[in-house]
Amino acid sequence: MSNDLPSTVPEHRPGFVLSGVPHAAAIQLTIMEVKAGEAVCKVPYAEHLVGNPDTGVIHGGVITSLLDNTCGVAVGSKTQLMGHIATLDLRIDYMKPAKPGEDILAFAECYKVTKNIAFVRGLAYHADRNDPIATCAAAFMLGTKAQKGANVASGGTP
Amino acid sequence: MDLIKRAIAEGRKPELQKLVDAIPYCRFLGIEVDRKGSELTTVLRFDHELIGNPVLPALHGGVVGAFLEVTAVIQLMLEVVSEDLPKPVDISIDYLRSGKPVDTYARAIVTKQGRRVCNVRAEAWQDEHARPIAALHGHFLIKPQETERN
Repeated sequence: MSNDLPSTVPEHRPGFVLSGVPHAAAIQLTIMEVKAGEAVCKVPYAEHLVGNPDTGVIHGGVITSLLDNTCGVAVGSKTQLMGHIATLDLRIDYMKPAKPGEDILAFAECYKVTKNIAFVRGLAYHADRNDPIATCAAAFMLGTKAQKGANVASGGTP
Repeated sequence: MDLIKRAIAEGRKPELQKLVDAIPYCRFLGIEVDRKGSELTTVLRFDHELIGNPVLPALHGGVVGAFLEVTAVIQLMLEVVSEDLPKPVDISIDYLRSGKPVDTYARAIVTKQGRRVCNVRAEAWQDEHARPIAALHGHFLIKPQETERN
């Protein structure tokens, strides 16, 4: 069994905006790379995501959305439970502000899955993963209720 | 931000709704400030673009987290004198219930105010205040007034 996401769903193919998730589409969240238990996503720089109009730095909330969603994709790729997972908690440490005008990437790794819970760590960066903008640790509940036909990767709330 | 510096120079609190409106990301999320004296409630108006799970449907976890972070920052702007917008150092979010596709409200409490760092807790709810959908606690870096620094 492949742990990769089904490539028949267009938005799960690398380089595609996660259009099945309205908020992901609103911030142009793009899947760059998915392996079993690992994911890389990107949010391109945009004026409407700015958190400080003086500096043009992207708001921390965008990084929250990006990390939450990337962690969700990593859990989904490991457990095949897309749409049936829910974030339990998410902790983010902000290391430095994002550079204005530059896209933000996030890498997440689902390093442990138990019967009920998946544990994930991740980081947000521009080019170098050793110089992160933010790091995160998250736990996801597995096998949450979702209606039949759920086919979207959701790093969202239950 | 000019808005903040002018308010400090005039010895008053910045107008919080204007402050929120000056931040593009807050406008994009649709955040409003409801201030009744010293009591502050933030409102996140529901919009389809805030959905993270269209099947349930439920608000995106990142949106709920961002809303709580903004609430914490606005509360700090009300209670603390900072020459710039407080910067998050770390935040931790507990997701308690799924966010339904309706308006969401939040309130924050500054639990400790230091000279440079403040601890804040925030909680978001929808229909019932007693049934929160998410809670945040975090540390925020503030910029103390120039004159107080030495």
